[in-house]
Amino acid sequence: MIGRPKHQRLVLVILAIVAVLGAVLLAMWGLQDRAAYFYTPADVAAGKATAGRAMRLGGMVEEGSVDRDADGVTTRFVVEDGEARVPVIFRGILPDLFREGSGVVAEGKLVGSKTFVADNILAKHDERYMPPQLGNQQAEHEAGQTLKR
Amino acid sequence: MTAEAGLAALWLAAALSLLGLFLSILHVRGKLEADRAVRGLAIVQGLLCLFAFVMLLVVFARTDLSVLLVASNSHSAKPFIYKIAGAWGNHEGSMLLWVTVLGLSGAAMAIFSRKLPSRTLIAALGAQAALALGFHAFLLLASNPFARLNPPAPEGRGLNPLLQDPGLAFHPPTLYLGYVGLSVAFSLAVGAMLAGEVDRQLARAMRPWVLGAWIFLTLGITAGSYWAYYELGWGGWWFWDPVENASLMPWLAATALLHSVAVLAARNALKAWTMMLAVICFTMSMVGTFLVRSGILTSVHSFAVDPTRGGFILALLGIYVTAAFVLFAVRAKTLREGAPFELVSREAGIVVNNLLLTVILGVVFIGTLYPLMAEAVTGEKLSVGAPYFNAVAGPLAILLGILLAVGPLLSWRSESRPVLRKLALPALAAATVLVIAILAWPQATILTKLGLALAAGLVPASILPLIGRNPFRTPLAIWGMAIAHLGAGVAVAGMAADSAFTTEKLTAARPGETFEVGPWLVKFEGVAPVAGPNWTAVEAELRASRGGGVHVLRPQTRFFSDPPTETNEAAIKTLLSGQLYTVVGQADAEGRWQLRLWWKPLVTLIWFGGALVGLGGLLALLGHARRAWRRRAYA
Repeated sequence: MIGRPKHQRLVLVILAIVAVLGAVLLAMWGLQDRAAYFYTPADVAAGKATAGRAMRLGGMVEEGSVDRDADGVTTRFVVEDGEARVPVIFRGILPDLFREGSGVVAEGKLVGSKTFVADNILAKHDERYMPPQLGNQQAEHEAGQTLKR
Repeated sequence: MTAEAGLAALWLAAALSLLGLFLSILHVRGKLEADRAVRGLAIVQGLLCLFAFVMLLVVFARTDLSVLLVASNSHSAKPFIYKIAGAWGNHEGSMLLWVTVLGLSGAAMAIFSRKLPSRTLIAALGAQAALALGFHAFLLLASNPFARLNPPAPEGRGLNPLLQDPGLAFHPPTLYLGYVGLSVAFSLAVGAMLAGEVDRQLARAMRPWVLGAWIFLTLGITAGSYWAYYELGWGGWWFWDPVENASLMPWLAATALLHSVAVLAARNALKAWTMMLAVICFTMSMVGTFLVRSGILTSVHSFAVDPTRGGFILALLGIYVTAAFVLFAVRAKTLREGAPFELVSREAGIVVNNLLLTVILGVVFIGTLYPLMAEAVTGEKLSVGAPYFNAVAGPLAILLGILLAVGPLLSWRSESRPVLRKLALPALAAATVLVIAILAWPQATILTKLGLALAAGLVPASILPLIGRNPFRTPLAIWGMAIAHLGAGVAVAGMAADSAFTTEKLTAARPGETFEVGPWLVKFEGVAPVAGPNWTAVEAELRASRGGGVHVLRPQTRFFSDPPTETNEAAIKTLLSGQLYTVVGQADAEGRWQLRLWWKPLVTLIWFGGALVGLGGLLALLGHARRAWRRRAYA
């Protein structure tokens, strides 16, 4: 038996508190190096982003920068925000609404301090999973269209 | 007139819930005998909500463009089934569905839970009326589904093409039944704490509700996962997206509650803990609703971009949760001490189960809300994804899986038999698979290898509680438990197999070219234009063979005109041994088409396992219902 009834309740309460504290500590440990921060090309130019760490890069796809490699599935383009430019390499099928001059969020990491290697591209207006960082622009766009207003 | 009738029904339902709340307070304080009145009001309130919801279906079925909601979300050229499903494919309609389920739950509680002591039941109905009142206010003041548009629109704006999918017809109603079904557990806990009657009888009354809601949540999550898998065309089945986590969190809490309520029913122990969990369950449902419906996250689920709505839901959440926690703090001490229990027993196993589930819930909760907190506090934008959740929740889930193999073999009160000997065979199977995994697939992650081993042990172990029993005399609830646990093992097998054995081919192909992916030879025949009721598409033709016959797959890129959007439609060939998953991308100047092919052995086990878990829950529910009915018949 886990002690007398009075002690048992105490043991259970302590266990519950330990569980909750454990969850908080575990989450803090996990978040330390696993949260992907959102950076703009200007942030990258200022050296805020650490190479090799999962992050998101957001900005506009520079006009005329999109180029496909000979393999037909690797795409190179430049993300810019008016202040700085970051070249991006992506291997895969681009989202349908990926366009030059349009907003984009690339998930991946910086290799060296120059190039961004993306594992996933989220394009603005992509209604599947629009990154929240681009959501405000979308909201303004929608508001202009809504019948109500 | 239809829209006005629906709106009137909603106002009336709101008024009746206010009256019900008032009368139940008087009843519980002993000022008035209002037992029948409160129950009657709950039933009528539920029926009025149902009526309003049917009126919404009618305006959508008719494509009545003088209703703002229809004009903004539907289109006269849409297939009929999507006109109907479109009724809940938007913010206002889905909140009306939410409130309807809430009202009907209250009505069902008034009808079926009459065995409870009157004070508990009426207090619980009062709590349910208070919940309904808040959400009615939200609907009527901030999300009126029946608002008119004057003059009527010439044509509707259409429904997001991604939502034009048969899965949509069932996914939201299923999840809502789960989310909102948990409101009954919340109300019963509040009622029992107010009346001071937390006992086995309450647990027996609460259990079918928790089981029912949990079954719907399980099926809703399973269906949602499959929907994301085939509709997004990314080949993944779980993305740790906040919206997915919003449904996972109530499920984790409900899974814990399901087990602790069993301890309360069988042993009259874990009283305060079970009440706490019941409150947490519905809190998680409301957190989920807040995350999905407030527009704070942008995804396919967030229709609302009106910030007042998010604030409204947050205020409701704050009021209800604070009230319930204050009540708990005041009343928990007065609950009579539960029965004591032994260190090695079924109930001790369930305590560990509950603790593990709580920790998993905690880390998922923190990971999901951290980006919102960080942005609010420091202004930094960040996202938390698979690397975090897999690293912190994965190992805990493995521990939970091991416990799941052992726990059901322990008996209530105290275990003196040598249980571990029974587990020799599953343990051997797990160890063998682990060794094979380490030797044969060194590239797989540790979590994947452990997952394979766990599945190999869990599948046989989950059947052990049935061994040595007469299959016809075994209570349905035991069958249900074994099948649900088996389903967990099967799902883990699918997840680990998908992660360990999937092969992928990404290429740009000219018509006539052939590729290898896993054991398959896939020939790209070319593309052709095709058209559907409200879309046109480019369709690729792929011929896949593996020794024997040829399978033809036709992935598409679809173009919708209302609203203008493109979507990728994956083509999937399902076989017993796995799935061949194909996506077509864009063409390049040289006439090559991007193709993405995956061979995913055993991946279907994930959803098959999920369905088994749901089936197990259903059997347990039937078993408990039958036993309750017999008890009444012989009483």
